[in-house]
Amino acid sequence: MSNTNSLLTIKDLYASVEDKQIIKGLNLDIKPGEVHAIMGPNGAGKSTLGYVLSGRDGYSVDGGSVALAGQDLLEMETEDRARAGLFLAFQYPVEIPGVSNLEFLKASVDAQREARGEEAITSAEFLKEAKIACKQVDLPVSFLKRGVNEGFSGGEKKRNELMQMLLLKPKLCILDETDSGLDIDALQVVAEGVNSQRSADRSFIVVTHYQRLLDYIKPDFVHVLSDGKIVKSGDASLAHELEAQGYAWLQKAPAEDELEG
Amino acid sequence: MTEQIDKALAREYEAGFVSDVESETFLPGLDEDVIRRISGMKNEPEWMLEWRLSAFREWLEMEEPDWAHVDYPKIDFQSISYYSAPKSMKDKPKSLDEVDPELLRTYEKLGIPLIEQQMLAGIAVDAVFDSVSVVTTFRDKLEEAGVIFCPISEAIQKYPELVKKYLGSVVPKKDNYFAALNCAVFTDGSFVYIPKGTRCPMELSTYFRINEQNTGQFERTLIIADEGSHVSYLEGCTAPQRDENQLHAAVVELVALDDAEIKYSTVQNWYPGDEDGKGGIFNFVTKRGICHTNAKISWTQVETGSSVTWKYPSCILKGDNSVGEFYSVALTRGRQQADTGTKMIHLGKNTRSTIISKGISAGKSNNSYRGLVRMNPGAKGARNFTQCDSLLIGDQCGAHTFPYIESRNPSAIIEHEATTSKVSDEQMFLCRQRGLDPEKAVSMIVNGFCKEVFKELPMEFAVEAGKLLEISLEGSVG
Repeated sequence: MSNTNSLLTIKDLYASVEDKQIIKGLNLDIKPGEVHAIMGPNGAGKSTLGYVLSGRDGYSVDGGSVALAGQDLLEMETEDRARAGLFLAFQYPVEIPGVSNLEFLKASVDAQREARGEEAITSAEFLKEAKIACKQVDLPVSFLKRGVNEGFSGGEKKRNELMQMLLLKPKLCILDETDSGLDIDALQVVAEGVNSQRSADRSFIVVTHYQRLLDYIKPDFVHVLSDGKIVKSGDASLAHELEAQGYAWLQKAPAEDELEG
Repeated sequence: MTEQIDKALAREYEAGFVSDVESETFLPGLDEDVIRRISGMKNEPEWMLEWRLSAFREWLEMEEPDWAHVDYPKIDFQSISYYSAPKSMKDKPKSLDEVDPELLRTYEKLGIPLIEQQMLAGIAVDAVFDSVSVVTTFRDKLEEAGVIFCPISEAIQKYPELVKKYLGSVVPKKDNYFAALNCAVFTDGSFVYIPKGTRCPMELSTYFRINEQNTGQFERTLIIADEGSHVSYLEGCTAPQRDENQLHAAVVELVALDDAEIKYSTVQNWYPGDEDGKGGIFNFVTKRGICHTNAKISWTQVETGSSVTWKYPSCILKGDNSVGEFYSVALTRGRQQADTGTKMIHLGKNTRSTIISKGISAGKSNNSYRGLVRMNPGAKGARNFTQCDSLLIGDQCGAHTFPYIESRNPSAIIEHEATTSKVSDEQMFLCRQRGLDPEKAVSMIVNGFCKEVFKELPMEFAVEAGKLLEISLEGSVG
């Protein structure tokens, strides 16, 4: 199923938070350029998956393996995973008062460049790129000078996450319920931003509760996560099926080895 | 995470080296004879000696204060040496060429080159080493503008009228225990006079270095800004890493006459002691300024060092429409204890004061803000705004706030805001998820927390202060 062409290979992953096992034998394989949607009921472990992959403190892996571009992801520090190209767009982005967005982003970009053995980006060059990114996500340029997420509305925070993604140019983007709390206009802006970033060397995991986002970001695969494992996989049409029928019928079904990709 | 923070905080003190300089040091002990000898070393006039002796007699009658939220062993004042000077300074070098190269190297190592060509343009430095001023740079250039910037020991000889008039006028001899001791035994420090209507053409700065073992440093600074003048002054301080505690008891007096403005910034990085609290400087300092009509005094301090700090830079807003400001960042880690804040005494009409205090506690340290805002009956229409923010790193440190507010004029307006926050796991995770290592993440979060204060520092030093915090925090992340 997995092979050396995969960007991300998750094998039989078990993980817990505060001694409670949330991920229970999860398998997933993602190739470069693919967009995978992960749907599922509340409490299925959707956000946990994002945190486990990005190495958040307090989330412990009990078994299984994860490889990102051939590297053992689970052995890496949180910051090294980011530098290896993993990006998590947060569902509830936190504020960092007094640290300007621009300062924060430049430090992030520079840390990642340094890890690749590249020189720090010049301030002028970075400002130029950041202004373009602002425009793409429909945020006023003045947001670059404001404290990270400080006093931002819910929608602004989400667009700010997207702006960070545009500037960091990751290989694997995990969008954790990026659509939650967005009105339809904001949703479109976010979706357009994501679509503009789709390319042969960038993959996405789109975690969402609703099918609505997937009308705008067309996934290659849709997986249903229930009780810590993937219980059904299919193409984009599965999302519509779920929208119509809910999750209940799947939760009873046994897990099948229908994984694709 | 706490473990990471502790690791990041447990870092070597970069200024902890000892200079190999042959010194002439008094034997430990304090009596009238010692004071006569200090006065004699400085070749002081009789009035100065009398002033010292009267302060000493007052001091003997006083009790060491114990109200601060700090805990330290009783100081044995007889075990301290009250005078130490490099021998090479005895013949009073006339120029930089004659100064002991080892002394110059010491300052260079600390990042303060005293060769004028190498210095940051636009900053004059007075370098004080133990009990004497080693060199004061750019004096000729300042003299052209009529600005006097010299060691206070020299001012006592050359400008006795100014010194007599203002020394002790803001901090009286018996103001407090440590101030009285300083009056008796002060050895050197800086003297500044800015003439009427003059804007000082350069930043002035004094760099204090304690080198000799078992000595105390008792410096005295007096800054007089005559009517309509303006000056910005910065002090920096470091000391070698030693297992014994050393006492630093300074007095700083600022006089801002009508329409004058004094901006006084401090970057304090005395040796803080080791992780277990062994060694380090006891920093018991009295700083106070008086503002006459329309005058302004602004204190900015970045305090990262000392094992115990006891310090309240204050403003007496005597003249109508005068302004006092206090911007402070105090970082404590390891077993450091800081009790610091300010006093704003509003006497005149429409006087205004602003207090922004940022306390950062890490490790097992204790960080207290103690501030007094007093509106006297005459302070009609006076205003104060106070903001005290505390940031906790880890779960074994303490942050305390002791605000005292006394209003005796019903038209005065006093506002006080206070917050306490932690460097949160969420913030750390966000930073690391974007590729920042934990140390960079903490220093960025802390720098953001301090931004309002850093922007008050002169440009060059705002960068320095940011770096100093970064160094002090290194190893504090886990």
